[in-house]
Amino acid sequence: MSNNDSPIKSTGLHIGEAAPGCKKTDPMLVIDHVKKSFGGLTAVDVEHLEIPKNAITALIGPNGAGKTTLFNLLTGFDTPDTGAWEFLGTSLSGVPSYKVAQMGQVRTFQLTKALSLLTVLDNMKLGSKNQVGESIFRALFPGSWRKQDAEIELKAIELLKRFNLDAKQADFAASLSGGQRKLLEMARALMTDPVLVMLDEPMAGVNPALTQSLLGHVLNLKKEGMTVLFVEHDMHMVRHIADWVVVMAEGKVVAEGPPETVMNEQAVIDAYLGAHQDTDLGVVTGRISIIDQEKDK
Amino acid sequence: MNFLSVGNPKRFLKLVVVVFTALIIGLGLLVSPAQADSIGEEFDHAVLGNVKIKGEPIGGVRIMVEGPSYSAEVLTSDDGSWLIGVPTKDTYTVTLDQETLPAGIAVLEGGASQDVDLGLSDRVVKNFFIGQGERNEVSFFDQFVARLIYGINFGLMLGLASVGLSLVFGTTGLSNFAHGEMVTFGAVAALILGTVLQVPIWVAIPAAVILSAGFGWSLDAGLWKPLRKKGLGIVQLMIISIGLSLTLRYVIQFFIGGGTEQLPGFDSPKITLFGSVALSVNDLYSMGISIVAIIGFALWLLKSNTGKATRAISDNSDLAAASGIDVDKVVRLVWIVSAALAGLSGVLWAYFRPGIKWDMGTQILLLIFAAVTLGGLGTAFGALIGALVVGILVETSSLFIPSDLKYVGALVVLIGVLLFRPQGLMGRKQRVG
Amino acid sequence: MDWGTIINNTLAGLLTPTTIAFALAALGLAMHFGFAGLLNFGIAGFMAIGAYGYAISVLTFGFPWWGGMIVGIIGSILFAILLGIPTLRLRGDYLAIVTIAAAEIVRLLFLTTAFTDVTGSADGLFGYNNAGGFTNANPFPPGSYGWGPWTYNSETLWVLTFGLGVLAVCVWFLWALMRSPWGRVIKGIREDEEAIRALGKNVFAYKLQALIIGGIFGGMGGIIFAAFANVSPGVYVTSITFFIWTSLLLGGAATIWGPVIGAVIFWTLQAFLSNILPELALAGILPVSGTQAATLRFVLVGIGLMLLVIYRPQGIFGDKRELTFVK
Repeated sequence: MSNNDSPIKSTGLHIGEAAPGCKKTDPMLVIDHVKKSFGGLTAVDVEHLEIPKNAITALIGPNGAGKTTLFNLLTGFDTPDTGAWEFLGTSLSGVPSYKVAQMGQVRTFQLTKALSLLTVLDNMKLGSKNQVGESIFRALFPGSWRKQDAEIELKAIELLKRFNLDAKQADFAASLSGGQRKLLEMARALMTDPVLVMLDEPMAGVNPALTQSLLGHVLNLKKEGMTVLFVEHDMHMVRHIADWVVVMAEGKVVAEGPPETVMNEQAVIDAYLGAHQDTDLGVVTGRISIIDQEKDK
Repeated sequence: MNFLSVGNPKRFLKLVVVVFTALIIGLGLLVSPAQADSIGEEFDHAVLGNVKIKGEPIGGVRIMVEGPSYSAEVLTSDDGSWLIGVPTKDTYTVTLDQETLPAGIAVLEGGASQDVDLGLSDRVVKNFFIGQGERNEVSFFDQFVARLIYGINFGLMLGLASVGLSLVFGTTGLSNFAHGEMVTFGAVAALILGTVLQVPIWVAIPAAVILSAGFGWSLDAGLWKPLRKKGLGIVQLMIISIGLSLTLRYVIQFFIGGGTEQLPGFDSPKITLFGSVALSVNDLYSMGISIVAIIGFALWLLKSNTGKATRAISDNSDLAAASGIDVDKVVRLVWIVSAALAGLSGVLWAYFRPGIKWDMGTQILLLIFAAVTLGGLGTAFGALIGALVVGILVETSSLFIPSDLKYVGALVVLIGVLLFRPQGLMGRKQRVG
Repeated sequence: MDWGTIINNTLAGLLTPTTIAFALAALGLAMHFGFAGLLNFGIAGFMAIGAYGYAISVLTFGFPWWGGMIVGIIGSILFAILLGIPTLRLRGDYLAIVTIAAAEIVRLLFLTTAFTDVTGSADGLFGYNNAGGFTNANPFPPGSYGWGPWTYNSETLWVLTFGLGVLAVCVWFLWALMRSPWGRVIKGIREDEEAIRALGKNVFAYKLQALIIGGIFGGMGGIIFAAFANVSPGVYVTSITFFIWTSLLLGGAATIWGPVIGAVIFWTLQAFLSNILPELALAGILPVSGTQAATLRFVLVGIGLMLLVIYRPQGIFGDKRELTFVK
C-alpha cells in the first residue's frame, strides 16, 4: 500500500484567481447554472463550477449544503430544474444515470449499497461493463459468455486482493463489516473502468484501522490516471489528500481553492458558523478547531 | 428513490395508450345484442317469465337480472319467454328495459325494476304488467342527481373505511389487505346481534362498532405489535395481512355461510325528494351517521392530544418517539379507531348494498385503496376526499358504462394516480433520497 | 372413515393439470418476486389473459389450438408491457397495488355482460379444446393409463404430458437465465436497483424483461388450466393470486424448484384437506357441517401463509441467508 504521510499534491489546476467558479486548465466536469429546488427550498444553485482532471477534488460544506443533491444531479439520479453540465465535452443533461455510468463516470453512495444477498465476487462481477451474457438472448447460450465471464472473474479477484477482500469472495456481502462494504463498493466501482470516480462520504462510519487503507486507495486512483470527486466531512482527510476543495453552503459554491488556503477564507468559516444551528454541535466545534489551527499557522 | 430518471417513457406511453384504445374499440365492435331467450341454464336456480300484452307475445325485449355477485341479461324470444339462470339463492333485481318495448307500451305497475327473492324455491316467475301507457321516462338530470346522491352516500361510508386504512399506513407503513375484513366484521357483528340475539337495531349497531373496536385492539395486541417488535419488513407485513385477510374471510364464511343475509329493517320506505329522485330512510340515516362519525373523527385527530400524536407519528415516527410520544400506545389507538370506523362503514354498507356477504369487504378493498391513494397515502383527510371522489365516480359512471363495470373506473383512477401523482391529490411533492 | 379413498385422492393431487398450471404460475412469480424483487399481485390477470387469449382466438377467430396458445402468450407479453412501462418505476408496495388493480380490471372486463358474445360473461368459455383441435392432437389412443391413484384417461394423460413438457421447458429456461450474467443483474436489482444503475445497467429494461418472462410463465399456467377445464372468470380472482403466492413462499421464492414443489405441496394438501375435513365432520369428530368443513381448508391456507412469512420466510427449500424480504 503506497500510503505516504504526505501525498504528492497536484498544483496549477486553475486559471486566474482561486474564486468560486474559476476556470481550470483541464476540466473534466463543467457545470453551468444547475438549479434544483424541493418545494420552496433551493437545494442546489450552482452558477459555474469546473472539476479539474486527474486530481482529487473534495466537496465540503455543512449538512444540507446540497452536496449529495449535486452528486445526484451530476450522475443522473435526479433531474435539475434548470442548467447544463458537460463531462469531457459531452452534455449530460437528460442523460439517464446508467448511461452516465457507462460513459465512465461512476459513483458510490453515502449509505453503502452492497448487494447483500449476492456473494462478494458476484458483486464485483456486476461492475464490469459490456458483458455479453447480460443480454437476455445470449444469456441462454453459455458458450457465448463463459470465456468473458472467466476473464472478468480474474480481474475481480485481482481487485479484491488489492482491497484485502479476496478471502471473502465466496461470502454473501451481507456478512461484511461496514468498512469492508465501503471497500467493496469502491472496488466494484473500479470494475467499470471509470474515468471519474465520485465518492459520497467514503469515510463515514469506517473504523480508524480501515481509514488509512481507504485513503491509500483513493490516492491510488489518481496515480492510475483517474479523477476523483468526493464529499467528506472529515477535514483531516480533506487536507491530507485533496488537491482542490470546493465549499458549498445553502446550495451555492461559496469558495474553492487548494486545501491549504481555502479553509482560511472568511466565506468558509461563515458557511460553517452560519449553519451551526442545523449541524451537530460536536462536529462544528471539531471543524472550528481545524480552522483555528490553520489561522494560527 | 427516483422513479423518473430512466429513459423517456412518454413515447412508449403514447404507444401503449394507442394500442389499448384500439383494443377496447375492437372489443366494442364485436359486441352485438345476444339473440338468446335463456342464459345460465347450467345453474340450479333461475328467474323466468313471459312478456305479453293482451296475450300477444313481444320478442326482443331486454331483461336484466342483477344480484349481489352475478348479473346477466337476455332478450325475450318470439313467444315472449325468457329465462335467466342464477348461481345462488339471493335477492335479485329484475329489470325490463322499456326502451326495447314497442312505442306507447310501458310497465304499468311496480316499475321496470323489481326485486325477486329466491329464498324459497329454485325457480321464480317474474312477469311485468305492461300495457298502453305513458312510459315513466326518467330524465338524465334526475338520474344523474340520484346517482350523485348515492355516490355521496357510498363515498361517505367508503371514507369511514378509508381514513382508518390511511392512519394505519401513516403510522406503521403497512398496506393492510385485511382492512376489507374489518369492514365485513362490523356488518357481521351487527347481523349476529340484530338477528340471532334479537337485540334492537339501535343498540346492535353501536354495539357492533364497539365490538369492531375491540377487534382492532386484539389484532394489534395479538398480531401486529409482536410483529413490529420482531422487526419484520413492510413487504413481509403486507403478505401477512393477506394471510390474515384470507383467514378472516373464510372464518366469516364458516359462520355465516356463502349466502347473503339481511339486517333488520333493510327494506325502508323511500322518500321522494323531487321529480323522480327518491332516497330511502336508511340512506338518509346512513349519510347522517357517516357525517357525524367523520366530524367526530376529525375533531379527535385535530384537537385531542392523541390525535395530534397520531399526526406527529405519521409525519416522522422516529422524531415523534424521540420527543416522548409513546408510539406503541398511539398505534394501538389507531388500530382501535381504524377498526371501529371500518366496522361502522360495514354496517352502513350492508344497508346500502343491501345485504351481508362473507366476501363483501374484499369487494370494496380495492376501492378503499383507490380512495387512500387518491387522497395521498397516509393523509387521513385526503383519504376522505379520495373516498368521496371514488364513491361519486363509481355511482355516476354506471350512467355511461355497463353497471357491472362500474368499479373499473375507480381502479383505473387508482392506477392513474399512482403513475402520475403518487403523492395523491392532497399530498405535496417531497424531497426524496 | 374411508382412509383408502382419502389417501388415494391425496396422492392423485400430486400430479394433476391444476397442479401443473399453478406450478407454472408460481414459477412466473418466482421470476418476478423471488429473483427480480417485483411485487406482482396480479398473476391471476396474466393467467386469465393466457386462458382467454387461447379460448377466444379459437372460438371467435377460428385459430388452431397452437395458434390460440401463441395468442395467449402474446397477450401475456402485451399485458406485461402495458403494466410494466408505466409502473416499474414505482415503489414496491405501489407496484403491488397497481398489479392487483390491473388484474381485477382484466377480470371485470372478461366478466361484464357487455362483451358476452366474445367472453361468455359469467358463463365463461368452453368447447375450444375440441374446436381448436387440441383434443384431436392427442397422440394417446383411448384407454386407461397409469396405476393406483395415478390412473388417467387418454385426454387427461395428454393434458398432463403437454403440461409437464411446458413446465420442463419453463424450468429449464428460468434455470438457464438465472445462472447467467443476466440473472446476476436481475438479482442485483432485487437487492438495490440504484446500485445497479450506478454500475451502468439499464435497470428498467431488465425489470421489464423479468416482468415479461414471468408473465409468459403465468400465461402458460392459464393456458394449461384452460386446456383441462373450462375458462371461467370466477377462477381468476385475487384469492388465486394469493394461493399462488402461498405456493411460492412455501417452496422458497428465490429458488428454481421451490415454486414447483410448493405448488405440488399446496395442491396435495388441498386435496387431502378437502377429503379429510368433510369426512371428519361426517364422522362427528369435527363438530361442524360438511360445507363448514370445506371452508376450513381455506382458513388453514390463510393461517399457513401467515405462519410461513413470520417463521420461515425463505420457504422450505430456501437458503436461510438468502431471505428475499430485503426491503
